[in-house]
Amino acid sequence: MAGTAVLGRLKPLTWREASVAEVREETPRTRTLVLDVDGWEPHRPGQHVDIRLTAEDGYQAERSYSIASAPRAGQLELTVERIDDGEVSPYLVDEVRPGDVLEVRGPVGGYFVWEPGHGGPLLLVGGGSGVVPLMSMLRVRPAEVAARLVYSSRTLDEVIYRDELATFGDAVVITLTREEQPGLRRGRVDTDLLRELGFAPRERPHIYVCGPTGFVEAVASALVGLGHAPERVRTERFGPTGR
Amino acid sequence: MLDGNVAAGKLSEVFAVELTSARGRCAGCGAEAQVAEARAFVEAPGLVLRCASCDNVLLVLVHAGDRYVLGLGGMAWIELRA
Amino acid sequence: MLYGWPMPVSRGFRGRARRDDAATDRVPPGQYLTDDFPVLSAGPTPHTPLDEWTFTITGEVDEDRRWSWDEFQALPSEQITVDIHCVTKWSKLDTSWEGVSVDTLLDGVESSAEYVLAFCDGGYTANLPLEDVSGGKAWIAFAYGGEPLDPEHGGPARLLVPHLYFWKSAKWVRGLSLRAEDEPGFWEGYGYHNYGDPWREQRYWGD
Repeated sequence: MAGTAVLGRLKPLTWREASVAEVREETPRTRTLVLDVDGWEPHRPGQHVDIRLTAEDGYQAERSYSIASAPRAGQLELTVERIDDGEVSPYLVDEVRPGDVLEVRGPVGGYFVWEPGHGGPLLLVGGGSGVVPLMSMLRVRPAEVAARLVYSSRTLDEVIYRDELATFGDAVVITLTREEQPGLRRGRVDTDLLRELGFAPRERPHIYVCGPTGFVEAVASALVGLGHAPERVRTERFGPTGR
Repeated sequence: MLDGNVAAGKLSEVFAVELTSARGRCAGCGAEAQVAEARAFVEAPGLVLRCASCDNVLLVLVHAGDRYVLGLGGMAWIELRA
Repeated sequence: MLYGWPMPVSRGFRGRARRDDAATDRVPPGQYLTDDFPVLSAGPTPHTPLDEWTFTITGEVDEDRRWSWDEFQALPSEQITVDIHCVTKWSKLDTSWEGVSVDTLLDGVESSAEYVLAFCDGGYTANLPLEDVSGGKAWIAFAYGGEPLDPEHGGPARLLVPHLYFWKSAKWVRGLSLRAEDEPGFWEGYGYHNYGDPWREQRYWGD
């Protein structure tokens, strides 16, 4: 039928069991969970999953988390930041251990996605834990695609994937907003920094911005102000989801 | 405030296609954008997507017991592409 | 992979603080008890400056009645302690509020209307029978827990109707429109029960 030919049908997204294979501390407040899922097909970088937890009395909570890993069959990695009075993140960061079982739905998201086939240049701008979906993109990027990650963190301690990011050379620039550290930039991601480190609008980069709402809005606005076409600036806002 | 992207999983409960990358037109102000660019309110008795330009309610999805109630009246159209 | 009920329990997950120590006659069926005050919203938090805020009784009345914030604050108010029940299954006991009784606002208003539609900044609405907002059953609340009502929780003022599910206690309320005919409000138009009695578990259409 013509309809089926035009639209890729979404595979039914049911809740599936994910077994925690490994947990890895990234920073004092973030942890990576390595999840094994039977039949998991490689995701598209930038996509996320929904996680569902069930307490003994049947109470359930759901949250969405971006996939940090490069696409891989059978396994995915999430990097979770502990929100202090959060309902789910303290459990995922402090309590979950290998062998535990969570429910996962996905991968989902077709908008905030970059794949090598899209080509470059690739400009990634992340604030805090907003770097997570960008990492999935960076981890799958072929060396011949020009790319730059501009990553804003409050302190050096809070920089996720620090050692791995160091292996990308000057494709990765970290800026700290609350302290000075040798070798790293100081200050917010603003128009001047983006002009210096980003690609010129005439190079038509694919741009992905992720982080807290205020950060995303300021950066997206600065990018458009520099002349980048708004439709080439894709944004994903992370935020608190109520108390 | 989150964007529509966060609603992808919830929307997959009723839509057979990936909705967040679809384009739509706000019936209120005429702005056209991808569903992922809408403002999503997920901490509510239901999912509400609002136009990023004018706050008009684009879509409401309520899991009402043994059924879903879907309101799409805030969108003039949705364009679904591969 | 298919699995049926029950869903796998996440070892050690508790979630939002829930209590199980209250008298069951205070907790409606299907509810969890909490000490938190979750913020649920269908839209962005409005921020109407107090010098622009008004509350209006309108609709099936001879003449609209309107109060500015200062005039509203000058009305007699009450301190009340009530239990509240959210349709998303949260109940919170002994919440303290200060507000103007809706009876005070309707005092002397002549109307044949049997229904009201609460209308709010941001466009939210909720419908109720007039008798459910009168006779000491409803307030326009401007303080919670001894403090001015937080914008996230509906400040500067919200409708407070504790005997019904809390989606009826419309946040950012700006007035009541008295109606001869009942008209569904926001959630009532998308699957939620027209009346919403937590003790009869009237959550959804047809319950």
